[in-house]
This record gives sequence, structure tokens and C-alpha cells, in this order.
Amino acid sequence: MGNKVLMKGNEAIAEAAIRAGCRHYFGYPITPQTEVAAYMAKRMPKIGGVFLQAESEIAAINMVYGVAGTGRRVMTSSSSPGVSLKQEGISYIAGSDLPCLIVDVQRGGPGLGGIQPSQSDYFQATKGGGHGDYHLIVLAPSSVQEMADLTALAFELAEKYRMPAMLLADGTIGQMMEPVELAEPQEPKFEEKPWAVTGTKCKREHHIVNSLYLAPDELEKKNFERYERYHTIEQTEARYESFMMDDAEYCVVAFGIAARVSKNAVVAARKKGIKVGLIRPITLWPFPKAALEKAAAQVKGFLSVELSMGQMIEDVRLATHDARKVELCCRTGGMIMSPDEVLAAIEKLTGGEK
Amino acid sequence: MKRVTLFCGHYGSGKTNVAVNMAAELKRQGKTVALADIDIVNPYFRSADSRQELEGQGIEVIALPFAGSNVDLPALPQEVYGLVQRRDVYAVLDVGGDDRGAYALGRYVPYIREENNYEMLFVVNFCRPLTRDVQSAVEVLREIEAASQLPFTGIVNNTNLGDATTAETVESSLPLAQTLSEQVKLPICFTAVKRDLAERVRAENVFPLKLQPKLF
Repeated sequence: MGNKVLMKGNEAIAEAAIRAGCRHYFGYPITPQTEVAAYMAKRMPKIGGVFLQAESEIAAINMVYGVAGTGRRVMTSSSSPGVSLKQEGISYIAGSDLPCLIVDVQRGGPGLGGIQPSQSDYFQATKGGGHGDYHLIVLAPSSVQEMADLTALAFELAEKYRMPAMLLADGTIGQMMEPVELAEPQEPKFEEKPWAVTGTKCKREHHIVNSLYLAPDELEKKNFERYERYHTIEQTEARYESFMMDDAEYCVVAFGIAARVSKNAVVAARKKGIKVGLIRPITLWPFPKAALEKAAAQVKGFLSVELSMGQMIEDVRLATHDARKVELCCRTGGMIMSPDEVLAAIEKLTGGEK
Repeated sequence: MKRVTLFCGHYGSGKTNVAVNMAAELKRQGKTVALADIDIVNPYFRSADSRQELEGQGIEVIALPFAGSNVDLPALPQEVYGLVQRRDVYAVLDVGGDDRGAYALGRYVPYIREENNYEMLFVVNFCRPLTRDVQSAVEVLREIEAASQLPFTGIVNNTNLGDATTAETVESSLPLAQTLSEQVKLPICFTAVKRDLAERVRAENVFPLKLQPKLF
């Protein structure tokens, strides 16, 4: 039957996490990500893993905190309102320098909002949704294949830099079905980590997992150290896809599902003779600043296409130092723009210029 | 042709696409047709999405009253009772995925059994990760039967990889469908294939599917 399977985005996250050696999942159901939990509930007991439906999102993220402290691969998933509830725990995990994966399959907000797709958690994900000085590595898949691939990458990066990673998806990619090629299953690695709390067996010093530093100079030192790591990540881990940018005079910037819609619009614009390309950030933090900066030297203007009232647009303007005009094409509340709407916005940006 | 056709199967096996196409086919044959969407599991993709097109063809569409609204409530409309009791229409029922979706069927089962003029079809896609082999398909089939309290009468092979489906994708699933059919002693009613591939697939009883256009 071949290697490819037909999967929902949410299922791809779950299966990819299992194949990446994750054996601990804690969550609480919420549309449109419930399939992640449902899939884990079916699979984990069969492979000796842990699936636990917690009493709340807050409990779930603190269970993640606990397992993360032992150095095991661990994850939780939710959708926007549920991810808001997890913020305290996420800040603690970041403050304790522990790796884990948090999945946000975004829906419309604020408040309880709706259950249809959205990208309006961009600020929350990339600017530190909880309190304190910290970042998450934020990956934005735009296909079911990437749901799987970036889940595996998120675990790796989180471990490499000892920090939480977030997969920032949306309801459409979570629910849509596409063929996926899955990575070979990887057995969980239980190698001793120099920081993990696994019991000293009276043979080594205690490892301490903690985010409380009452002495301000100590806390400042911790934050400085962490930001040195963040600096390295910003220099080395930014990822993006460049589409038809070679001779582009205008640049569309979009991630996730908005990038798929935008790609169709870029192709349609090219047919009309408009020289436009697309930069699709794959990492939202670190944001691919260098790529945008380079594009700013080449193009006359940018169009940020988002399922929010305009959040990423701020990073586009920062990255390009406002050297070029940056316009917004957006829908919100669970609505998705059509390729025609994006095309119209491109035409408006270029002023009919070819 | 039985009066009531029910489509059940694993989550994401393609029940909705098959049900919508079956309703259209019955209509083309000149029958009075009603399609009921009683999927209480998935609020995202559902047969009610094709409502306009179906109603344009003169097919009655019965959908969950609150689907797509601000009330996230898995309530079933009373018209579904009408559908299983009214004997003047050909009824197509699109049931939710897995055993959880099939529980919704339980309340209609006494009427369906009493009339005894139904097909209960198991839709299977062997490219889905949790029904990749015959054994797992049998497990899902038994779970659904236990939940719905209605025994299956046939199998629909809907093996596909979405856009990446080739004639070979479908053909390589035929032996699996055959083994499944022998194991559970149910006939394969048809093999569903997207329309542009239907003529190239060498299989018996190919049912061509018209799929909704993709926007992205």
C-alpha cells in the first residue's frame, strides 16, 4: 500500500510525536484540536505510553512541567482559549529551562471566540504569552506533512536549547486531510541528561528544577544566560520558504493556512504579469528577519496576509525597518480570505503596476 | 435498492463524500431523496456543506440544527425520525465517525429494523493510519456495530490518498477489501473512486465521486 497515509493534520501531530519518541501526553479536549488527544488515547496504551486527560488545561501543563523535569519527551495540545489557560505553566517551564512541546491549533478569539480557524494567537505565541522574559521556539506548519515534520523538529530544537517549543497551527490544517509520509519510528531515548531529575541513587549531586530566584542578581544572571541562548537561536534557527522571489518587485508575507491561500494568489498575479513573490516564515520565533531585510532591499512593498487583525505585520515592519510600505490583508473570527481577495490586495499594493 | 442507506466507518474514511454522491446518484435515477447529516463528532467538514448544491438538485437536506452556529450542541433534529419513519423517500444517512459517531444512530435503530429495508455500509479507506490492514479494519467495524446496534450489510471501499490518489492506490487496496469481505462475510457493494480516475481503475462496481473544489 505504499508509505503514504491519508491523515488529518491533528492526527499527523500525534503520530509524529509518537514516532519522535514522545510517550507522555497530557491534555484536555477542545475543538478544533481534539483529534490529537483522541489519537493519543487510542495509541499510547498500546505502546506503553501515557495518555492522561487532565481535569483542566492548567493541570495538563503542570503535568508536562513534571515530566519535562525528568528529561523525557512530553507534550500537550489545545486550542486558543485552552492555551491561554496554560500560560502560567509555560512561563514556569521556560523559567526552569526545560524542553517540551505545546501545540496550539488556533481558533477565533478573543474570549471563547469560535471554533473556526484563526491565526490570532501570534502575539501570544511569539512575544511570550506568560509573564517574564522568555521566548518559545514557534513553528508554523502550512500542510499536514509539515504538521508531522515540524512536530519532530520542535522536540529536537526544544531539547537542543532546553526550552519549550510551540507548534502554532490553525483549525483548517488541524482538520484537513492530506497524504503524509511519516518518519521512521524512533524509540524513546532515556539517556541521562545533566539536568534531569531522575533520582540521585546517592551517586551524584541533586539536580534542581526551579524557576524561583529571590536574589535579583541571580535572577538577572539567569535571564542574561537565557537571552544569550535566544540570541544564538535567532542567528541560526530561523526558517522560511521563499516562493517566486527571484525577480519579485513586491513581497507577500504569510504563514500557515494564509500562506497556502496567498500562494494561489501569487500565481494568479504572476499570470497577470505582476512581479510578486512570497516569503513564508516557518519559524515565527525566531522570525526570519534577515530574509525580510534582504527582501526590503529588492522589493517596493510588502503585503502581510493574516487570519488576525494584523499581528505578524508588526514583525514585518520591524524586520524591514519600515523601509518599504507594508500593507495588511486580513480576515478574522474564523473567516478565511479567498485567493481572489489576496489578489485584489496585491493589485491594490502594486497600484496596477506590472 | 433499499430505502434507507446508512454510511458508517472510521473517522475520516470519507463517509460524507460517499453519502453526498450517493444521494445525488439516487436523485439522478429519478427517486425522491433526502440526506440526513447526523455526524455529531466533526463540526468542521460535513455533508451540510454541500447543502446548496444538493438542494439545487432537489434533494432534501436534514442537518444538525446547531452545526456551524454559536451553540456547540450535538443535538439531532426531529426530522431524522421522520426520515426513518416516512416510507416515501429514499433516505441517505451520513453518520459520524468511529463508535462514538455511531452511538447517535441507536435511537433510530428500532424503526430501521422494523421496516427492514436498509443497507448499513462500512466505509473503509486503507490509506488511513488506523485502518491500514484488514485486522484493524475489522476491529473498527465491530466497534461501530456494537455502538450502533445495527449489523453491517456491506462494505464500501473508499481507499484514497486525497489529491495524491492514483489508479494504483485504489487497485492495491482491492485485495485488502476482498480479504475484509471474506473475513466479515459481507459483500463489497462498490469501490468509490474520484471521478477523473474512475475509468482508469480496474475494479468491479466503481462508483465515481464528485468532490468539492479545493480553495487552497
